[in-house]
Amino acid sequence: MEGHELLRMEGVGKSYFGNRVLSNVNFTLKKGQILGLVGENGAGKSTLMNILFGMPVIQETGGYEGKIFIDGNEVSFASPFEALEAGVGMVHQEFSLIPGFTAAENIVLNRESTKYNILVEAFGDRLKTLDRRKIRQRAEKAIETLNVDLHPDMSVSEMPVGHKQFTEIAREIDKERTRLLVLDEPTAVLTETEAAILLKSMKKLAGLGISIIFISHRLQEILDVCDTIIVLRDGEVVREFEPEKTDLMSIASAMVGRSIQGQSRRTQEDADRTSGDVVLTVEHLWVDMPGETVRDVNLEIHRGEIFGIGGLAGQGKLGIGNGIMGLYASGGTVTFDGRNVPLNDPMAPMSMGIAAVSEDRRGVGLLLEEPISWNIIFTTLQVQNRYLRPILGGLVRIRDAAAIRECAKHYIQALEIKCVSERQRVVELSGGNQQKICLAKAFALEPKLLFVAEPTRGIDVGAKKVVLDTLREYNRKNGTTIVMISSELEELRSICDRIAIVDEGRVAGILPATEPSTEFGLLMLGKVEKTRERVTA
Amino acid sequence: MKYTLREQISHFLVQYAVPIIFVLLSVFAIPLSRFSTQYLVQEMVARLARDSFLVLSLLIPIMAGMGLNFGMVLGAMAGEIGLIFITDWNVMGIQGMLLAMIISTPLAIFLGWMCGVILNKAKGREMVTSFILGFFMNGVYQLVVLYGFGNIIPIKNPALVLSRGFGIRNVTNLAGIRHCLDDLFSFNVMGITIPAATFLVIGAFCLFITWFSRTKLGQDMRAVGQDQEVSDSTGIPVERTRIISIVISTVLACYGQIIFLQNIGTMNTYNSHEQAGMFAIASLLVGGASVSRATIPNVFLGVILFHLMFVVSPMAGKYLIGEAQLGEFFRVFVSYGVIAIALVLYSWRRHKERERARRSLRGAA
Amino acid sequence: MERIRSFIDAAGWPRIIIALFLLGLFVVAPFVQVRLDASISDTLVRFGMNGVMVLAMVPMVQAGCGLNFGLPLGIIAGLLGAITSIELELTGILGVLVAMCIAIPIAAVFGWAYGLLLNRVKGGEMMIATYVGFSSVAFMCIMWLLLPYKSPNMVWGYAGTGLRTTISVDGYWIRAISDFLSFQQGKYFYFPTGMFLFLALLCVLMWLFMRTKTGTAMTTVGSNPDYARASGVDVDRMRTISVILSTVLGAIGIIVYQQSFGFIQLYMGPFYMAFPAVASILIGGASVNKATILNVIIGTILFQGILTMTPSVINSIVQTDMSEVVRIVVSNGMILYALTRVVKVKSR
Repeated sequence: MEGHELLRMEGVGKSYFGNRVLSNVNFTLKKGQILGLVGENGAGKSTLMNILFGMPVIQETGGYEGKIFIDGNEVSFASPFEALEAGVGMVHQEFSLIPGFTAAENIVLNRESTKYNILVEAFGDRLKTLDRRKIRQRAEKAIETLNVDLHPDMSVSEMPVGHKQFTEIAREIDKERTRLLVLDEPTAVLTETEAAILLKSMKKLAGLGISIIFISHRLQEILDVCDTIIVLRDGEVVREFEPEKTDLMSIASAMVGRSIQGQSRRTQEDADRTSGDVVLTVEHLWVDMPGETVRDVNLEIHRGEIFGIGGLAGQGKLGIGNGIMGLYASGGTVTFDGRNVPLNDPMAPMSMGIAAVSEDRRGVGLLLEEPISWNIIFTTLQVQNRYLRPILGGLVRIRDAAAIRECAKHYIQALEIKCVSERQRVVELSGGNQQKICLAKAFALEPKLLFVAEPTRGIDVGAKKVVLDTLREYNRKNGTTIVMISSELEELRSICDRIAIVDEGRVAGILPATEPSTEFGLLMLGKVEKTRERVTA
Repeated sequence: MKYTLREQISHFLVQYAVPIIFVLLSVFAIPLSRFSTQYLVQEMVARLARDSFLVLSLLIPIMAGMGLNFGMVLGAMAGEIGLIFITDWNVMGIQGMLLAMIISTPLAIFLGWMCGVILNKAKGREMVTSFILGFFMNGVYQLVVLYGFGNIIPIKNPALVLSRGFGIRNVTNLAGIRHCLDDLFSFNVMGITIPAATFLVIGAFCLFITWFSRTKLGQDMRAVGQDQEVSDSTGIPVERTRIISIVISTVLACYGQIIFLQNIGTMNTYNSHEQAGMFAIASLLVGGASVSRATIPNVFLGVILFHLMFVVSPMAGKYLIGEAQLGEFFRVFVSYGVIAIALVLYSWRRHKERERARRSLRGAA
Repeated sequence: MERIRSFIDAAGWPRIIIALFLLGLFVVAPFVQVRLDASISDTLVRFGMNGVMVLAMVPMVQAGCGLNFGLPLGIIAGLLGAITSIELELTGILGVLVAMCIAIPIAAVFGWAYGLLLNRVKGGEMMIATYVGFSSVAFMCIMWLLLPYKSPNMVWGYAGTGLRTTISVDGYWIRAISDFLSFQQGKYFYFPTGMFLFLALLCVLMWLFMRTKTGTAMTTVGSNPDYARASGVDVDRMRTISVILSTVLGAIGIIVYQQSFGFIQLYMGPFYMAFPAVASILIGGASVNKATILNVIIGTILFQGILTMTPSVINSIVQTDMSEVVRIVVSNGMILYALTRVVKVKSR
């Protein structure tokens, strides 16, 4: 059956609330082949997989365009269960395992082999007893197919990460229907040896006739195992490669390279900017932020510049700002304006004039249930004791409602926050306006240095521009140094003076924003250092 | 993963801190109480027969991750209503007991289902909700039994009804079924009466629980208990499974209360169920169970240790300080204290585990 | 129509039923020979007696520690203050003040320890609070027997040791606060002005405190602890302060209660005292994580109104005492409702 077509996508597209994230995706995947899917964060990979897998989020937001065929028949899955039924298995980045169960129990979860007993007649199928022997056999078989070293009786809670990944894949293999397996960054959490084993298993599975869609940021892996490679960028398939006829560089540039005209709003004036003395020095910073570990970061940031920090998700760029602001356990030396910034104490950097806008807007950045005014002034009130007025002859100081209202109104006007009044609860506002409130909160501190993390995440296009313009204007007007952390490279390039790229918790390189995107792309993929090493070796 | 001996010992001590404290307390208090061994053994055998079933009914919700089912008092109430009816109809002996069970089963199923639905609306705070639900239903029970019985629901036997003409008396005499199960089949060993029939029922029930945990449903419950989201994503009906676990627990608590009361022989119409819940939960925790893990041996160990302390502490207090009341207060304190400690330990441990889980997400620095 | 519906949505149907029920009781009262003036007076007195203990719920709810089922801890501190004051043979307002002065530091220490405990068990506060309250009451039962108090008005006559279950404050400081500027209108209407002034004073202090830097930080911790931390607030410290405040108010509350009631109830007396206070604030419109002083006032009036009116009115109608059942169903029903309705803004 070699060459038999398993999956075909025709003109698949999707937009969320008028925001286009995927358009006109076409490809075919043959039986027993491995398809590599690469692209930057936000290029549309997850959306594409969500459509294929029938995730409810797609239906809830108005479905998708185009057609999907499996075995030549058009399909449209309303739920993941339908997709499973049709033989599509998916291994997500987040593990879906029961911690206290063994590998075998997890592999057969909710599909256990059972034995009949008389009580079933009265109470239904769920009272069938488990057939432990058969369950074990099935697990062993799946593990054997994968050809990995995994003990079926090992409890998931005691497994190393790699074994968990294998358990998940074994579960998909155990499903007899599985013909198409989607692996979403399976190697991201694996050690190199484990990854090598996984790649071998994938080839073996393909040999057994199972087709695989393999999503990874590690391009070498993609080149090693895939039969076809598809590069997604801004929701479109920009290139299709065959691994024998391409190399790392071409894939990388296809991923990040894009026409610079029209995107950038840089002017001659921007290019001519000269920066001042060093205002913030970061030496050997490590930050223990889950999922964004910073290992060893050294940076020098100049007074008055807008400094960008980019990099792929999970490489540690978010950890830098959060670490300096004292939100996660960290170490190293941070010097601001010649003074040492104590770490692990959120009050310290703020009282020295450093403010931050968190990437987790709804989680950390806002008091959703409180009014706008309170959101804007609270940090300033706590850090600088402002917006308080004395009562009882100066015995105690309470909130100064008038001054607070004044301040809130000022920012509502200045940042054009759309709301009923300053007393409106923040949860009722749109994402863009919520982000503006986060900015107002930081501006109210009148900082000398401002960290802004993912300022445009989850807000619509119009609001993105307003937010970026606000930052630029604030920088120009007040001379405030801004450190902007973002996954969107073009966004960084449009506003920053210099951009550092973080890879595996370290700074891979710092380049002026005017450098071409491909240069940054290579830094992101961690290729520069390694290729150089290879050259010198 | 290897542990040193020291780690193993400290782990053991932490795991079994509560039972160890109880053993030490008993070792200290038994000689003080001046009870004979014969008496204590007889008491413990009787209490094991009387209470084990109630405690066992707590196991299944723990398996389903819903914590200690304080809502078991709902089942106890259902059982009591059944007992009131058979007393009124004057059905005696083992037939009376069976009839009481038959009458109260649908009621217990209904109450359990209601409790399950409510707890599904209060995920993450099941225990406090079921605890308050117990209080609330106690009010409803009083409304029905104190005002409805003899009024809307006909009660013929005047001995049951308050002098005003409706409402059940504070104490209901269950002479008709007193010891009917215990004495069905019992024998003497060295002067100690062993109610073998009751133990057979309890034994059968233990077998049922063991068997149940090996069914598909039992497996689903454990899965739901550990991670609701993962279970849901693999297609296990999470909410339904949780409701089933509460229904089973409520029905079993109902039978447990009937067994308990046939041994006692009289029923405090308005208090028996409240005490049933608290004593059962305290016993289980004394046996070394936690909010998330409980086994059959925990049940028996707990019943023995808890009741040993319960029996000896008033007398020990009397001989030690000359105040029997002191011992009584002490045992009340211990009953509540042990629940408090178990809850604290559980929350603490969960806090630490979450911390550790967070750590494991971090890359190797 | 739309406005009515949004009002019902905002208030929640149990509260509306309770309010209508109380209104109904007041309307029916004159027809069943229950004197309105006496009923209103009773309601007011009980409102003043319980108000402070309901107010004690506010700081912990605001700081996100949930409903303080551990109120008995504060009550125990209050009891210690009260009996010490009687042991010292103090009378009148001085007696009450000394009782409070002794109770407050004890409550602060209890509250501090209790706060440290609650900080270690975040997420499971309410259940643990309940059992900490229960076991501390049970522990104090032992202590009441053993503590070396000697006043013949307080210890068992025959043994000469061990405190009595109920101790009268008559002759010491009965109604010492209540009677300040109080007045009697006719035979049945008594207005405890002093007690209201005292409650109002505490409410104003609480209102002010909630507006200070610390009070603002506390509310923010309850609203979003991560936001608070990122703004430089020490979350655990704020939580501890809220627990201390709540415990201290519980101690003051029980002394106010006793001077009006006329008796100090030891042993199992404080056992269930947290529940009416919790139910009151919930009936007043508070949720598990948001409470205001207005909630305290409305809730206490409604709940105490029902407790006052049901025995007199319902008993006159059906000739049976159903007040106990009504109390249990209303208070626990309200708590149950609040627990099942919690909409967590942040799930973690």
